[in-house]
Amino acid sequence: MNYRILEKKVLIPGQTTLLVIDAPHVAKKAKPGNFVILRTSEKGERIPLTIADCDPDAGTVTIVFLVVGKSTAELNTFEEGQALHDFCGPLGRPTHIEKQGTVICVGGGTGVAAMHHIAKGHAAMGNHVVAIVGARNKDLLLFCNELGNFCPEVLIATDDGSQGHHGFVTEVLKQRLEEDKDVSEVVAIGPVPMMEAVSKVTKPFGVKTTVSLNAIMVDGIGMCGACRCTVGGETKFACVDGPEFDGHKVDFGELRLRLSQFRSQEQESMQLFQHKCHCGEGK
Amino acid sequence: MSATPEKKAPKKSTPRTNMPVQPPFARIQNYLEVALGYSEADAQAEASRCIQCKKPSCRQGCPVEIDIKGFIGQLQKGDVPGAYKVLRAYNSLPSVCGRVCPQETQCEGMCILGKNPEKTGGAVAIGRLERFVADTFAARLAGGDAACLQITGEAACRMTHDELKVACIGAGPSSLTVAGYLASLGIKVTVYEALHEVGGVLVYGIPEFRLPKEIVRREVDAMRELGVEFKTNWVGGKAITVQELFDDGCKAVFIGVGAGLPQFMHVPGENNIGVFSANEYLTRVNLGRAYDFPNYDTPIFKADEVCVIGGGNVAMDAARTALRLGAKKVSIVYRRTKAEMPARLEELEHAIEEGVNLELLCAPLALNADENRRLASMTVQNMKLGEPDASGRRRPEPIEGDTREIPCQLAIIAVGTKPNPILLEATRGLALNKRGYIEANPETGETSIHNVFAGGDIVTGAATVISAMGAGRRAAKEIAKRLLGAEA
Ligand SMILES: Cc1cc2nc3c(=O)[nH]c(=O)nc-3n(C[C@H](O)[C@H](O)[C@H](O)COP(=O)(O)OP(=O)(O)OC[C@H]3O[C@@H](n4cnc5c(N)ncnc54)[C@H](O)[C@@H]3O)c2cc1C
Ligand SMILES: Cc1cc2nc3c(=O)[nH]c(=O)nc-3n(C[C@H](O)[C@H](O)[C@H](O)COP(=O)(O)OP(=O)(O)OC[C@H]3O[C@@H](n4cnc5c(N)ncnc54)[C@H](O)[C@@H]3O)c2cc1C
Ligand code: SF4
Ligand code: SF4
Ligand code: FES
Repeated sequence: MNYRILEKKVLIPGQTTLLVIDAPHVAKKAKPGNFVILRTSEKGERIPLTIADCDPDAGTVTIVFLVVGKSTAELNTFEEGQALHDFCGPLGRPTHIEKQGTVICVGGGTGVAAMHHIAKGHAAMGNHVVAIVGARNKDLLLFCNELGNFCPEVLIATDDGSQGHHGFVTEVLKQRLEEDKDVSEVVAIGPVPMMEAVSKVTKPFGVKTTVSLNAIMVDGIGMCGACRCTVGGETKFACVDGPEFDGHKVDFGELRLRLSQFRSQEQESMQLFQHKCHCGEGK
Repeated sequence: MSATPEKKAPKKSTPRTNMPVQPPFARIQNYLEVALGYSEADAQAEASRCIQCKKPSCRQGCPVEIDIKGFIGQLQKGDVPGAYKVLRAYNSLPSVCGRVCPQETQCEGMCILGKNPEKTGGAVAIGRLERFVADTFAARLAGGDAACLQITGEAACRMTHDELKVACIGAGPSSLTVAGYLASLGIKVTVYEALHEVGGVLVYGIPEFRLPKEIVRREVDAMRELGVEFKTNWVGGKAITVQELFDDGCKAVFIGVGAGLPQFMHVPGENNIGVFSANEYLTRVNLGRAYDFPNYDTPIFKADEVCVIGGGNVAMDAARTALRLGAKKVSIVYRRTKAEMPARLEELEHAIEEGVNLELLCAPLALNADENRRLASMTVQNMKLGEPDASGRRRPEPIEGDTREIPCQLAIIAVGTKPNPILLEATRGLALNKRGYIEANPETGETSIHNVFAGGDIVTGAATVISAMGAGRRAAKEIAKRLLGAEA
């Protein structure tokens, strides 16, 4: 079996992990904004994860995930040398990247990983990229150093003030937009409430705002409609029409509700998995 | 036994041999196949009903013109391998078609014995016999050269010429037909499939209780033995383009990506929680095996009262799946009457036996939610039948001001599909028709691009398994002719 894990890095123990996967045909085609769908085992669910980085020469794709339920918890048990059961990509429309001046990329939580690839794309195009990264405290900050490699400015916000601005990324963003009238685009990737808040902040400034929607997906190629979202009053399929959309037009309330559609079964699945782990079943 | 069929119309009417089925109360508790198949004795009894017509009309009813008289004739002699060989010369998946073809409008609809059922006992059960032959033959195969026998009915296939490469995109029945046919001629075929399993609608759409996945797997395994390579998780147009396939040395490319894009109705409330496309619902259950959750990880939405909108096979499959997942009341909401439903007759009958309720002559106006945006009911417009439309079916017309409300917490929309544009948009120079399907030469399957062929639902729009396979076979013959010349 291919799709071997070449490298595993625990970024935040028990929470966030980075995997480098051997998938040459995906690496060759992957662009910022694309995602993959993977399955951990023959009985696994298809789950979408953003391509956080790729190296076409080495034939590798990097993903970064947050443990939230059964599939991500199981993924977190994989070690270097093991292989994923399925790995399909690149999927979704790539980010629209053009030379346009200053672009602010805002990332929250694990979303910083996805934002990193997009920021890199904008920087490679010659845009001036300002990264704004937020987390609850300084130990949960991700990718700040990597972003520093190509972003002239990396601004930080922590909820507890342990590093950077004491407060939310939206406050840093607002201040920046007030000071700098030349910002051509704001890209926000992170939890739904954070993307919603960013879109609210940018609205009065009239600046183009791009968000990446993490709707529930099944096939990822437009064949099921699981991922449908309302954007500008129209139904869109996040997997093929997106995942990036104009943040000022997205119905975030609907997205949040649709994300809770399977809550009770997800909890059942997770409890069963944890139970199995604690019994030391398997190897 | 004399083979010459003198005018030997059966003296008294022998009715069609019934197919044993799981009883309705039992089968809605499981996900196993409903129709259990003929025994040898049943098959013999049914085969002997065929009067071996001089001019068999049944054959014209079959989209691939199977020599039906021929295969039943073999069966009458008790020669199952002989019968299989006849079938296989026309149809690459007889075990599938025997189960899922709409026989009553195709072969059986044209059988002479069907013309006067009171006297004759009804059309010969051609589909059931086809299934019997294919299943019995497969069960007798064992190891060794079995793969070639299974794929062609012949004892041996040609060695693979590795330099003669052909690629198929999509792994539904049309592509599988191309792959099997060309592989048996020694051509190296690689099939690229977007999903993680091979079989197209046969695995993600049609449920296990109608078509066990094992049957599709058996066919695919045989193709693998013949050297066909299946690359799953490869999306044509994303991971690989048609041009790249040619650059990589392919001599021809076949596009069989189906018409999988679900249509919605554009009525208020369609994105509420509890509203699904039939594609999502069936894909979760069949591809994701959600009927076996939590043993499998994919979840499925459950509710006591379910409405399925539509009247075709997809609607029947969704409704019967919902019953098996524990719904207390499942209704099919259809804007015409039972007589106009496009579903296979047997599926409609099975659905009714199982307790599916029909809400006829009504069309959804709104999907109403509670304060948490969870579906609570559906408002429907009552309809009446007017004049026949272009399709010859009487057109449903709204009865002004006459609406009603049907309580439901799960609604499954099965009102048709459209072509998926991913590959089409990524393939420059590929001519499409007005409705967005690929234009292909009806004789050869060739598209506007030289040596690029297409067939199945992506050319015709949603159709049938057998017509997709027929298109695959025509394209495969043309490809073989071009690649092998006189050898083919
Ligand atoms: C385009 C896209 C890119 C994404 N990128 C990343 C990423 O880079 N890193 C990351 O950590 N997460 C990412 N996600 C979210 C990730 O897919 C979910 O966290 C994951 O599917 C949860 O699976 P689970 O079994 O662990 O949890 P579950 O217990 O099954 O679910 C937990 C929650 O995750 C969401 N979810 C569940 N199933 C799916 C599904 N099939 N598709 C989408 N969301 C689902 C639901 O909101 C659910 O309530 C992305 C989602 C999308 C749509
Ligand atoms: C629920 C349901 C029930 C049905 N019941 C019946 C029945 O009883 N009898 C009957 O005769 N017919 C039935 N049909 C119709 C029948 O299944 C189809 O007509 C037939 O499967 C079409 O075959 P195909 O080869 O054209 O494509 P499909 O079977 O649709 O297969 C296409 C394959 O291509 C893949 N694909 C799509 N895009 C790409 C891409 N870009 N790259 C790679 N792969 C791609 C898809 O994932 C899929 O696996 C039913 C259909 C459905 C949905
Ligand atoms: S392939 Fe279908 S239509 Fe043709 S003979 Fe068999 S069951 Fe009848
Ligand atoms: S038309 Fe009916 S009776 Fe005649 S050959 Fe065909 S199946 Fe037999
Ligand atoms: S995930 Fe199925 S259509 Fe988007």
